[in-house]
Amino acid sequence: MPHTNTQDTLVGLFVAAGIASLFFLALQVSNLSSFSRGNTYEITARFTNSGGLKVKSAVSAAGVKIGRVKSISFDSKTFESVVKMDIDAQYSTLPDDVTASVYTAGLLGEQYVCLDGGGSDDYLKNGSKIEITNSSLILEKALAQFFFKSAEEKKSSSDDKKGNGKK
Amino acid sequence: MIKFFNYLGATTRASFTKLGRATYFLIGILAGIGSVIVRPRLLLKQLHSVGVLSFLIITISGLFVGMVLGLQGFYILSRFDAEETLGVMVAASLVRELGPVVSALLFAGRAGSALTAEIGLMKATEQLSGMEMMAVDPIKRIISPRFLAGFLSMPLLAALFSAVGIIGGQIVGSGLLGVDVGAYWSQMQATMDFREDIINGVIKSIVFGFITSWIALFEGYDAVPTAEGVSRATTRTVVNSAFSILGLDFILTALMFGDN
Repeated sequence: MPHTNTQDTLVGLFVAAGIASLFFLALQVSNLSSFSRGNTYEITARFTNSGGLKVKSAVSAAGVKIGRVKSISFDSKTFESVVKMDIDAQYSTLPDDVTASVYTAGLLGEQYVCLDGGGSDDYLKNGSKIEITNSSLILEKALAQFFFKSAEEKKSSSDDKKGNGKK
Repeated sequence: MIKFFNYLGATTRASFTKLGRATYFLIGILAGIGSVIVRPRLLLKQLHSVGVLSFLIITISGLFVGMVLGLQGFYILSRFDAEETLGVMVAASLVRELGPVVSALLFAGRAGSALTAEIGLMKATEQLSGMEMMAVDPIKRIISPRFLAGFLSMPLLAALFSAVGIIGGQIVGSGLLGVDVGAYWSQMQATMDFREDIINGVIKSIVFGFITSWIALFEGYDAVPTAEGVSRATTRTVVNSAFSILGLDFILTALMFGDN
């Protein structure tokens, strides 16, 4: 079979389509372009409980994603969770007294770090620590507290009734 | 009883001998790749028959697999009111598993069997020995270009499969079933990771391309040079490729996604 120009063109088209779909997967599906790794600065926050937070969870302020969680480690001296976050360098004017809280997106959704509040004139820099933190809400704990409380109330009210009955 | 042990020993020995021959063959192919680079025309021709002619089956299957994923995913996810995560489901299952695996299986059926039949027939009609008589190394001239073409086109075909499938999922999900297009893409982009998902999928398809081309070419080269031998070799190519693709897929998945 002799080589023809059409064959070359078809091979070229095939390779181009293959590479184009690789680019499509990289850019459109995994969104490689939107969050550059180069221009970030790192801040640290300590939580008494970081819940289901994971590496690469979102860090957001006012609902806008401004960075990602870089690492989570456990400080065995203070029994705290040390969360390091990479913040996009274009958001360089976060006041250094913001509150970091671990929230859940939706009832069963992923957990993320939310930065809010703060009014200081000094800004967070690379290596800064966030002093005020709120731990994640553990659903079981909250439910246990709620049930414990309502059970106690019931008990005390039924005790009252019993007491009244005896009288 | 003795006969049985005789048979067992002979079969075991034969399969190890075959593995040994296959390894020698692979070394020969890899050594011959240098001479392919000098003559890219040979490679181009094989890229046409291996890659371009598989293009249509891969894109059409990809489209339908994506559309089925969109339908099935929607019915299950809508029970939990989580239709918006349809994009994540379609993209993750395509890029991580179905893209590399299904396109490799199709590739083994479409291109691998053709390669085995071609090489086996060349052997049966003594074209390979003829080449040796003319001092042309058949491994360098015939086998290596085909191997390289299979190895190169497999990742491209798998990427095409995934990309077309994701678009197919979008057509069904947002076109027919009413999932928001923006949610489909944004949830996908928020969850899919370039290194974790895309690169691992490409690595898988590279491994599958390597193993499928190797099996197809070896079975053809090793075929008994009769009509029946070639037909048996073709069957073995498809069966062995399917086994090794699925087995390797399990191992690769355990290695890649095992730690979280």
